[in-house]
Amino acid sequence: MSKASRGPNALAFAVGIGCLVVFLLVMEALIQFGFVNRFIIPPPSEVAMSFERVIVEEDILHRFLLTATECLTAGVMLTVFGVIGGVLLHRFKLLQQACETWIAAAASAPVVLMYPLFLVIFGRSAWTIIMIGFVAALPPVILKTLEGLSDTRRVLVNVGKSFNLTPMQSFWKILFPAALPTIFVGIRLGLIFALINIVGVEFLINFGGLGQLINELAERYDLAGTYAAICFVILVSVVFFMSLERIERWLRPAH
Amino acid sequence: MSASSATAPRSASPPQPGEAILDVDHLHVAFQTPDGPVIAVEDVSLTVRKGEFLSIIGPSGCGKSTVFNVVGGLLTEHEGRVSVAGETIVGPHPSIGMVFQEESTFPWRTVIDNVAFPLELTGMPKAQRLERARHFIEMVGLQGFERRYPGELSGGMRQRVSLARTLASEPKILLMDEPFAALDEQTRLLLGDKVLQIQQELQQTTLLITHNITEAVQMSDRILVMTYRPGKAKRIVEIDLPRPRTSEIVGSEAFGRYVAQIWADLREEASRGLTDDETSRNRGSAS
Repeated sequence: MSKASRGPNALAFAVGIGCLVVFLLVMEALIQFGFVNRFIIPPPSEVAMSFERVIVEEDILHRFLLTATECLTAGVMLTVFGVIGGVLLHRFKLLQQACETWIAAAASAPVVLMYPLFLVIFGRSAWTIIMIGFVAALPPVILKTLEGLSDTRRVLVNVGKSFNLTPMQSFWKILFPAALPTIFVGIRLGLIFALINIVGVEFLINFGGLGQLINELAERYDLAGTYAAICFVILVSVVFFMSLERIERWLRPAH
Repeated sequence: MSASSATAPRSASPPQPGEAILDVDHLHVAFQTPDGPVIAVEDVSLTVRKGEFLSIIGPSGCGKSTVFNVVGGLLTEHEGRVSVAGETIVGPHPSIGMVFQEESTFPWRTVIDNVAFPLELTGMPKAQRLERARHFIEMVGLQGFERRYPGELSGGMRQRVSLARTLASEPKILLMDEPFAALDEQTRLLLGDKVLQIQQELQQTTLLITHNITEAVQMSDRILVMTYRPGKAKRIVEIDLPRPRTSEIVGSEAFGRYVAQIWADLREEASRGLTDDETSRNRGSAS
């Protein structure tokens, strides 16, 4: 990366951090001066103080790793099956006409409410959580993969034809790289859906991970601790998004 | 109407200099539309000789791009015969290299990887294909930009990348569909110079589809003028201007005469196209 492009990125990062700090200071002031009820939202300073307690007393590393592993497993599964699903819908128009609407409808279905069914099928195990995350997050990956492949510019496909590419070469050398940015949008959306559902089900079935910790801290009315635990969920999200960005840059450097 | 100027050989032997290499014989293309069939190209015949630069010019909607798609093998539903060195085209032919009107570089590949693309398909070792790609990059004047991505280049530079990529496949016939249509006039003239220089250097047989009279006269040995819909061959104009040519030729008197002559042919067709467009719009707004 050139110095010229590093400059604006560093500035954007600094502005982002600055905005966050200003937001926290404003919240602190609003809570301290009584404009916001501290029994609903604890002051950011209290949340910051509770980090040490949450880390030492609540086995945070183990919980963080459990949630991250569930998220990673669901993420790998939804990437593999979602992309394959999108490719199949693109390849077989009848399948696309038959299923696209249903898949789009499934994207907004509250899959998390079906957790009793998943409990019956997979038992009270991490697989129940992973599978709910996977099923809930699959539609956006399928739909975005289909969109990316369908929206590949006609002229690029024609360039492939003019060079006598086989259908397989045309897919791997033109369609797939052209669709990658849109596919990654789908995977990002899918990961958001997966993380929400995974933490939600951890919360509901009290199995383990950060979701269970949030539940426990909330029941103890430890609001500062609850918000600190939520920060760790955000950290899982940040780790996944940064990794995904690196993978995307590696696969398609010019994006 | 037929505008064929040479009898096409039917043998599959390698063509000799000046021998016909591309033969379009009574081409007829019709499309089905909700309002019924539309004849895009009607009975067009032409012959391109080895090493020749032939342009097809006509107003918008005259079926020029349809001819491009048929000759390139992208459109196979037509009547009549299109053959390369006697071999009938039934799909994209390895002897024909296509340069498209739209921006067609692969944005995820660097300039050198774009140009090396056709060589990669042949299984050529990496070092060798990069060496070959560098040769064609130099030919289009893009040395120093090998590691850049298309997104970092201007429109004219991207079209040169597309041209270099097509040349790298070493086609017998270079087929170009308004490759400079999206560029400004100055860039268009300078790129025209570059194409002429390459064409003369490689003795590259070229078929150019264009609606730009200056571009056609600047580069061509012959120009096929097409009528407005249905696209028929109206006339073939032989351009008897000295070679090697550059864009400086546009200031010459002879050049001006050719432009005026072709415009006289095209004007009537373009007017028909304009009237047709207005009628369609009025009909659309009335319904």
